Amino acid sequence: MRGRPELYTSYRQELSLLNTVPKRVWVGAILAMALLLPFMLQDDVLTLLATGFAASIGAIGLNIVTGYAGQVSLGHAFFLGLGAYTAAAVSGDEDARVIGFGITELPVWLLAAGLVAALAGAIVAPLAVRLRGLYLAIVTLGLVFIGEFVFKEWSELTGGQGVGRQAAVPTLFGQRLDTDGEMFTEIQKLYLLMLVLLVIFAVLARNFVRSRSGRALAAVRDRDIAAAVIGVNLTRYKMIAFAASSFYAGVAGALVYLISGYIEPTSFNLLLSVQYIAMILIGGVATISGSIMGAMFVTLLPRITDELQGVVPLLGTDATDLAQVRAILYGLLIIGFLIFEPRGLYGIWIRIRNYWKSWPFSY
Amino acid sequence: MTELLQSIVRGLGQGSIYALLALGFVIIYKSMRVISFAQPAFMLTGAVLVSYFVSSVDFFLAVLLAVLLAALLGVGVERAALRPMIGKPVFVISIITLGVDIVVRNVVNRYIGLDVRQVGDPWGLQTTGLFGIDVEQRHLVMFGTTMVLVAALFAFFRYSRIGLAMRAAAYDQEVALAQGVSVGTVFALSWAIAAALAAVAGVFLSIGVGLDQNLWIIALKALPVIILGGLDSLGGAVIAGLVVGVAEALLGSYGEDVSSVLSGEFALVSPYILMMLVLLVRPYGLFGTREVERV
Repeated sequence: MRGRPELYTSYRQELSLLNTVPKRVWVGAILAMALLLPFMLQDDVLTLLATGFAASIGAIGLNIVTGYAGQVSLGHAFFLGLGAYTAAAVSGDEDARVIGFGITELPVWLLAAGLVAALAGAIVAPLAVRLRGLYLAIVTLGLVFIGEFVFKEWSELTGGQGVGRQAAVPTLFGQRLDTDGEMFTEIQKLYLLMLVLLVIFAVLARNFVRSRSGRALAAVRDRDIAAAVIGVNLTRYKMIAFAASSFYAGVAGALVYLISGYIEPTSFNLLLSVQYIAMILIGGVATISGSIMGAMFVTLLPRITDELQGVVPLLGTDATDLAQVRAILYGLLIIGFLIFEPRGLYGIWIRIRNYWKSWPFSY
Repeated sequence: MTELLQSIVRGLGQGSIYALLALGFVIIYKSMRVISFAQPAFMLTGAVLVSYFVSSVDFFLAVLLAVLLAALLGVGVERAALRPMIGKPVFVISIITLGVDIVVRNVVNRYIGLDVRQVGDPWGLQTTGLFGIDVEQRHLVMFGTTMVLVAALFAFFRYSRIGLAMRAAAYDQEVALAQGVSVGTVFALSWAIAAALAAVAGVFLSIGVGLDQNLWIIALKALPVIILGGLDSLGGAVIAGLVVGVAEALLGSYGEDVSSVLSGEFALVSPYILMMLVLLVRPYGLFGTREVERV
């Protein structure tokens, strides 16, 4: 088979997840690299990377509903918030001033976070059946504002505005994951946890979108009437899209705030939704690997601008200046990517790949 | 009774701000089929410019200058960021406007600073007697100006040549193009008008209370307003804006008596809840055109 990478001798080969040798090599190399990183990098970078992994799960979720199913959702922040609070409530201390049930096993609260968010997503979905395009975008935007209001007011759950509450407490098989252990430090443990979960959820999503349901979602995106005509049940599949997306969002919400250890009710605002939209647009719409690239990029962006600030003193050095420069850069990136590279980082990667694929005859 | 009437006048004042913003959204939507999330940025731009100009010129001249500059900015944004995207999916263009909003708003924030800036208006929070009740002058001014602007706009669309061209382009771009309408000019003009209206709304918002960085959230309240009125209905935008304003004011005055949940912050989300309720019954808003599905 050497030198004939496109030769498939069975359907199994052709349909496999990593169907070419370069794919296997690259994915293997990236995974190996990711596994080695916690022993080479500083804690602050590791924290960022771990946050990026968790955010990637959320971005994959948004990509399922917006990228694959074509239902524009600005309400992702709401589902992230639901997940974060469900996880915090399930695992929280029973005697604290905020609601807590004291079940700290990670799989339990992670699943609960996902399911509660998915349920909310399924409740919102009927709206998506009635509304299309930008109407839906604004309704989901309304969801964020209503959610923010509820989170601020319901202080038994969230601690209230300006106070907040502890995020979820992770234990796995009786082992605390958020304390320094004998073998790994706290952040190394969290990093590895996020990495493992990201791989699991990414593979699940990748398989989901190339399943029968995934193809149905793409059909709904491309032309919903045509999809209905060929027998795709719109209500059912929009429901599935919203539920799956929200499940991912819930899980991501629970995990992102696990790293910072603290949840502030005002953080689930429009800006957070826009951030996730930016992730999938910068990364690549309707791609799983793109979601991950975009999420990592957006999460690391503040750090990159901070580092740049040291090299080129752009506009100022104090904290508010930095935040503003960061925000401006962020907006410019969104505009730039949409105008010049609509397929995002994934598109850039594809172009590089195609260049080398036919090298030295690349024209 | 006095309190009720006062609330209604306050609501009409606040509602006229929503109406102006909503008109901007609708005008852009009608010309490009895009919801522009950049309105908050134009709103802040207008208010900030006024707050700087008043130190050297008269308030009214400052407003005029600021509105013109905001309109220019609108044209510039349309030309630089929107024009290259014609023909792309509307969702993508909308997200571009979100990016524009973030950029412009953060640049403007640098000029606002952390404190509240005053726009130096002649009304402040003074009240005046009207049919026996005390109402704030600024609310009367807002409502009056808005009505004049709305009348002028409707006359513009109804009677002027370019207004006719804009209506034609909104109806069918290609046919309008074939009849000699410069669709590019229509786009530019609609962004200019929308930005100018937003700038006026920004000045209104800062009358009496000044402006700060958090003001932009108010502009997003025009989104439920346009959905309520119907995305492509100018009249709907004005009516829904006023209705939402009054509903909010009434909620502010009486909400607390009904239930403690309905107080304070609830006013901020009430337009969205109203919007969702209306959408469940009428998916294209109160006055919007039903979309015709063609395969």
